[in-house]
Amino acid sequence: MYRYTDFDAAFVATRNAQFRAQVERRIDGSLTEDEFKPLRLMNGLYLQLHAYMLRVAIPYGTLNSAQLRQLAYIAERWDKGYGHFTTRQNIQFNWPKLRDVPDMLDALAEVQMHAIQTSGNTIRNVTADHFAGAAADEIADPRPVAELIRQWSTDHPEFQFLPRKFKIAVTGSPNDRAVTKAHDIGLRMIRNDAGKPGFEVIVGGGLGRTPVIGKIVRDFLPEADLLPYLEAVVSVWNLLGRRDNKYKSRIKITVHEHGIDDIRARVEDRFALLRPAFSGVDQQLFAQIKSDFAPPAFEDRDTAPFDQAYEQDSVFRSWADTNLSDHRAPGHAIAQISLKAHGATPGDASADQMRVMADLAARYGHDELRISHEQNIVLPHVHKADLPAIHAALKEAGLATANIGRISDIIACPGMDYCALATARSIPIAQEIATRFDQLKLEHEVGDLKIKISGCINACGHHHVGHIGVLGLDRAGVESYQITLGGDHTENAAIGQRTGPGFAADEIVPAIERIVDTYLSERLSADEAFIDTFARVGMTPFKTALYGENDKRAKAA
Amino acid sequence: MTVLINDTGFLTTDPTRWIDPEARIDLPPDTDPARLRCLLIGKELVRIAFPGFADGRGFTLARMIRQQGYKGWLRAHGHVIADQYAMIRRSGFDDVEIDDDLAARQPEEQWLSRADWQAHDYQSRLRGRAA
Repeated sequence: MYRYTDFDAAFVATRNAQFRAQVERRIDGSLTEDEFKPLRLMNGLYLQLHAYMLRVAIPYGTLNSAQLRQLAYIAERWDKGYGHFTTRQNIQFNWPKLRDVPDMLDALAEVQMHAIQTSGNTIRNVTADHFAGAAADEIADPRPVAELIRQWSTDHPEFQFLPRKFKIAVTGSPNDRAVTKAHDIGLRMIRNDAGKPGFEVIVGGGLGRTPVIGKIVRDFLPEADLLPYLEAVVSVWNLLGRRDNKYKSRIKITVHEHGIDDIRARVEDRFALLRPAFSGVDQQLFAQIKSDFAPPAFEDRDTAPFDQAYEQDSVFRSWADTNLSDHRAPGHAIAQISLKAHGATPGDASADQMRVMADLAARYGHDELRISHEQNIVLPHVHKADLPAIHAALKEAGLATANIGRISDIIACPGMDYCALATARSIPIAQEIATRFDQLKLEHEVGDLKIKISGCINACGHHHVGHIGVLGLDRAGVESYQITLGGDHTENAAIGQRTGPGFAADEIVPAIERIVDTYLSERLSADEAFIDTFARVGMTPFKTALYGENDKRAKAA
Repeated sequence: MTVLINDTGFLTTDPTRWIDPEARIDLPPDTDPARLRCLLIGKELVRIAFPGFADGRGFTLARMIRQQGYKGWLRAHGHVIADQYAMIRRSGFDDVEIDDDLAARQPEEQWLSRADWQAHDYQSRLRGRAA
């Protein structure tokens, strides 16, 4: 794992002191509320519906046990004893007091964490594949790249007042678990025909009210050109991006309005101008960063305890079947801890649960944890022999839900329960769907099915790329939920299609049930996943199930 | 009236007062970057306007001007706050010109507290030279 250099530590300490002074200067009137707002945002502090919210970065989703314990401490000392993990590898504290926030930031710095650029019109926390460094299908570890970008983008003098937020994601695997095509810039680590490492650069993807799948702006960028090329893209957009309308300011709109060829030409021009400013020192730092991410020493042990438990304990078997993924080292597995217990708030963890997970990571997991964009926790490196003990400890803490990738493993934004922008509730809908399918005992029969719920058109719940997407809107003061089908968040990224008119809050769970029933009766076999059945049979049977053969509403849609 | 600010604090005299009017140019934030080279010919003082502090285009314009080899005076003019001083200097500006009301609200010590803009700078660390 990356360890702060003295430079990093001094930077964060200075930055925290500056923020402490900014809070005081807001109170004494030196800063107007308008001036204070972007300054608090670039330090992670939002003003929500009921209170401030502090969003803390978990860069590329990587945490150690000391860091997770400190998050538990912060949750108890300054918040309500829990934290909420987000879809962009952050954790949010929903109830901090403004005067406590500088102390919270200092507590984060003690464990080499910060909340810098988790909000505001800045380059946000860089995200990466949550299986990085562990996945069997990986070409290269994306975390050193993400860390290099973190350092480059942090406090970048040119990019603190951009037209809008700017999000970058990196994947080192052909199976994209970082949703790179829905980011302002997505980086896919590849090798060219000569075997040289580099990137495919995707630009202008995004969800929100105008969902767009990103386009390739450079099909092969040599590794050493990464920072100047990123700088060129953001620099071009900083001047060209619209500042007259916040809904048209993201780079996806700039690309749409000017065309990808025009943007590419401008970026190449700018790149030529600023490339000479990089003397190669960044590549030396990159080499040092890489050495921090050397894999742990994996043990060669007998997996008999795992095999026995798998044979004898059906609860363990069910958990192992859903929550484990292939690890590159023999005898090892990647274990996901679901934060989606049926009926609970997706992505929430209590301080006690955080400590349990930290202890497990320290004892069995080479002291590493990951946060996935699907709002679950990952133990990336565990030996199979230890899994029965890990599962037993998780069970005791209410963390052994066996539903990764299943219908109840729902991504949901905070919705109207917390968010000032929301037009409908998200969390209660997620809870009802999960509880219902748990009652029906259909979850494992249904298999891989991703439901994603957003409480407004800003799409924080990624509904556009859910196999089933749910969008909560306000229709004349009444919540109405629109359904989309066929979205895909992987390397085959696709935006879901609307089924038709929306459903009231009390109709949405039965509607989802009808969709699932349709899938079960249409699929060729249990091996055909929902998304594949949808691709084969199309929208019609689902529409009929939702609206009936002759329903006027279906025709209107 | 306006106040000029550099690393030494609030200035009492304008270090560019000797520059001829023909060698001065004011650039709005929406200046076409393709025209910069031609606009800067023969200029010794360039002032870039910041109509609002949240409009960050001036930072990119300043860096492009420096990247193209301009060695003359570069001034940020308008609504720039003390918290942005380090960004201003790191982007290639020499000084800042703000109005009296803002200078009264954000007095000299708030600007001086950011005069150490060369410290804790990821950009110069990553480039191996001054950005």
